[in-house]
Amino acid sequence: MERKIEESKTNGSVLSSINTNGANNSGGKLLDYLKCAAVGLRIDNINRSFGENHVLRGVQLDIDPGETVVILGKSGSGKSVLMRHIIGLECPDSGHIYVAGQDINNPEFKKNHVIAMVFQSSALFNSLTVSENVALYLREHKIFKDEAKITEIVSSALEIVGLEGKEDVMPSMISGGMKRRVAAARALVMNPDLILFDEPTAGLDPMMTRTMGDLICDLKNQVQITQIVVTHDIDLAFYVADRIAILSEGRILEVGTSEQIRGSTNSAVLDFIKPQFE
Amino acid sequence: MNSVMSFFRVTGGLLGLFMETLYWCKAAFRNSDKVFAQLYIIGNQTLPVGALIALFSGGVLALQAGPTLAQFGLEENVGGLVGLSLVKEIGPIMASILIAGRVGSAMTAELASMSVYEEIDALNTMDINPVRFLVMPRFIATVIALPVLVIYMDVIGWFGGAIVSVVNPEIHLSLDVYYRNLSELVDFVAVLNGLIKAMFFGIIISIVCCYVGLNTKGGPREIGSSVTKAVVMSFVLVLVSDYYITRILLFLNLD
Repeated sequence: MERKIEESKTNGSVLSSINTNGANNSGGKLLDYLKCAAVGLRIDNINRSFGENHVLRGVQLDIDPGETVVILGKSGSGKSVLMRHIIGLECPDSGHIYVAGQDINNPEFKKNHVIAMVFQSSALFNSLTVSENVALYLREHKIFKDEAKITEIVSSALEIVGLEGKEDVMPSMISGGMKRRVAAARALVMNPDLILFDEPTAGLDPMMTRTMGDLICDLKNQVQITQIVVTHDIDLAFYVADRIAILSEGRILEVGTSEQIRGSTNSAVLDFIKPQFE
Repeated sequence: MNSVMSFFRVTGGLLGLFMETLYWCKAAFRNSDKVFAQLYIIGNQTLPVGALIALFSGGVLALQAGPTLAQFGLEENVGGLVGLSLVKEIGPIMASILIAGRVGSAMTAELASMSVYEEIDALNTMDINPVRFLVMPRFIATVIALPVLVIYMDVIGWFGGAIVSVVNPEIHLSLDVYYRNLSELVDFVAVLNGLIKAMFFGIIISIVCCYVGLNTKGGPREIGSSVTKAVVMSFVLVLVSDYYITRILLFLNLD
């Protein structure tokens, strides 16, 4: 299958459209490398407490392969804790999380599946250049023996996130939005089954917020990768989501498409999504 | 009760990190670039300061002991006294304090910052073991660098003692007498004694500083607290363990 990335000037999209002729296109090389095997996710009755603080209370959510689900909730509602459970950084007190039908806490899981995460703080390594940050996973796991291939994949990932030419720049020299996009490129080269975005627009200006939103939409449309976005940015949620899950006090209040959420009769959901300034 | 629990938790954590680091030493050759990078950092940060400290420490040893020995006509023993003091005790302790203060504090600050800003989490999500990637190169580099720094500081300290012994009119020793006495008293076993201590101190400093750094939680303020905690803990453990290592070396007739 041939693919090609074209810069779309009309909608401001970063990744833009991918068509089927990518032989000479650097971005296409990453897309050829990505396996694009979208997987589903099942969160089955997750409970988690920190001392007396019961953060997650029986969270239940099913996500279809290739779907982009936004978990929307106010600060302190348990969104980031839920995300850390999905990526395997925390273990639930009870309940299970299944990706492609396999429990993520099963030791065999990591042999077959990769979950990547774009952290709120970007979590780039300041001692490494942008390209070294993106290439870290490939080099440490010896995915390619050929250094030229790594360079090719890294360049193509940076091109996809709109950061071509920034390979040798140190993370301290780029803006918060750029760091977020480098983190997205780093997540992409892991060839993940699932990408998680933790507050992808927190602290970004409206232009950069739009760019991040476009990037998530492009990954959804062009790579068909399953994505979970955790945010309290309502505009972003309605812009990128196939479905939105509203999380409040450790419980999923409602799950539905943007239209279903807007038409919800649940007063707590309506209170949360109503415009703050009218 | 909380402090007792905390003591056992920290002790267990330090031993656990030490064992895991030893396990990952099997990957040292594959990560030799990281080890050499750490060795370069340690050398860069400690060699100039180490030379200065050692020169004056050797000098002050001669200055303190020389005139007193001269009163009894024993001034020709200054070389041996300076040499043995530096090789067995002062050299390893000074080098350890220098490494803990300059390198250990930087290690803790770097790892603490990585913990606070989710970089350690990022490594875990990439299935890159933080102990292999971050701790093992620092551990090996410190364990190699500290004994080398001790030899370097010993030699410069001897030189400092020699300058004072020759120049000070109350001692007024010839260079030839100073080095003859030094070479008679400082044998291979004495040097080995200091190097064994330095190696253990290197283990203590690297593990303590990495452990405290990796277990930092909170925000930027906690990074500063962690650095202080790691340096103080390293100093205390180095000085306490010095006594026990000396006892063991005496028992093994290596003193």
